[in-house]
Amino acid sequence: MARVRFAVIVFPGSNCDHDAQYVAGEIMGQESRFVWHKESDLGDVDVVIIPGGFSYGDYLRCGAIARFSPIMKEVVRFAKNGGMVMGICNGFQILTEAGLLPGVLLRNRSLRFVCKYVYLRVESSATRFTSACKTGEVLEIPIAHGDGNYFTDEQTVRRLEENSQIVFRYCTPAGELTDEANPNGSLLNIAGIVNAEGNVLGMMPHPERAADPVLKHADGQKVFRSIIQSFVGDEYLTESLSLERS
Amino acid sequence: MTSEDREDKLFLSRVTVTLRKSILDPQGKAVEHGVHSLGYDAIEDVRIGKFIELKVNVPTKQKAEDLTRDVCQKLLSNPVMEDFSFTVDEMKESHGKS
Repeated sequence: MARVRFAVIVFPGSNCDHDAQYVAGEIMGQESRFVWHKESDLGDVDVVIIPGGFSYGDYLRCGAIARFSPIMKEVVRFAKNGGMVMGICNGFQILTEAGLLPGVLLRNRSLRFVCKYVYLRVESSATRFTSACKTGEVLEIPIAHGDGNYFTDEQTVRRLEENSQIVFRYCTPAGELTDEANPNGSLLNIAGIVNAEGNVLGMMPHPERAADPVLKHADGQKVFRSIIQSFVGDEYLTESLSLERS
Repeated sequence: MTSEDREDKLFLSRVTVTLRKSILDPQGKAVEHGVHSLGYDAIEDVRIGKFIELKVNVPTKQKAEDLTRDVCQKLLSNPVMEDFSFTVDEMKESHGKS
């Protein structure tokens, strides 16, 4: 079976790049490599991951400087041609700054950096990033950010809702969308969205930090599995079941 | 255009970036609580923003303003959440002229 080719972009200040590369390569068994932000060519790649961290020290605004890195021109081009791009945490912030996703990530309502496991409700399993989940399923995945408070104007929110672009929402373990379950003050408990075309995902929680079964939390694997399935189909699913048992 | 208009002068742009009025500014609110606990009841709203200085080498003030506005829109502010304003002054020490 052909393997899906992942590229993980590395900016100065990225710190979740190795986790993402490890999960895609070692845990999910796909091709997975790093691409330095100064590169101007992605090479042959199926999926681009913009990892978490503090690119350029979060100077000015989170993600504001990273979007001018040479590789981002190529990432934008790749995304506009329908390539799959996943931005995690700081990666989500970079994608909004680059204009690939609408809205912005404001300072957390509490003004504090929040690092903990949260529950996410999968709002739609009809995306290439969530096809291995059920709509309404609750995932337990950690967050670690100071600026994750999703905001956008009313018109854009309405559009996101109408097009089912809201993919993940913060919820209680039972899947209820309460204010207490909202760790950062995000509009409508939004934790992750896709673009209108469905090929670009941004999410504040870290699926790569909950994907190695050794860590006892492996819900994040479902995001990676969905991506891989969207290239290779169901044959991957049966193969990965043996991976879970081992 | 006189020959003087083509010569570069040094201008100082002072840029202020603040969260848009419609967006809650939790830092400003926290400082506002502090201000009130000191007894300054007359202060009714505190908002926190960023202050950025740019030194700009261009022949005219108009050009300095245009350039400043451009960089504010492209980089210094994010229009989804922030507003910006700026002033531009010619720097006196640049060529000994006021």
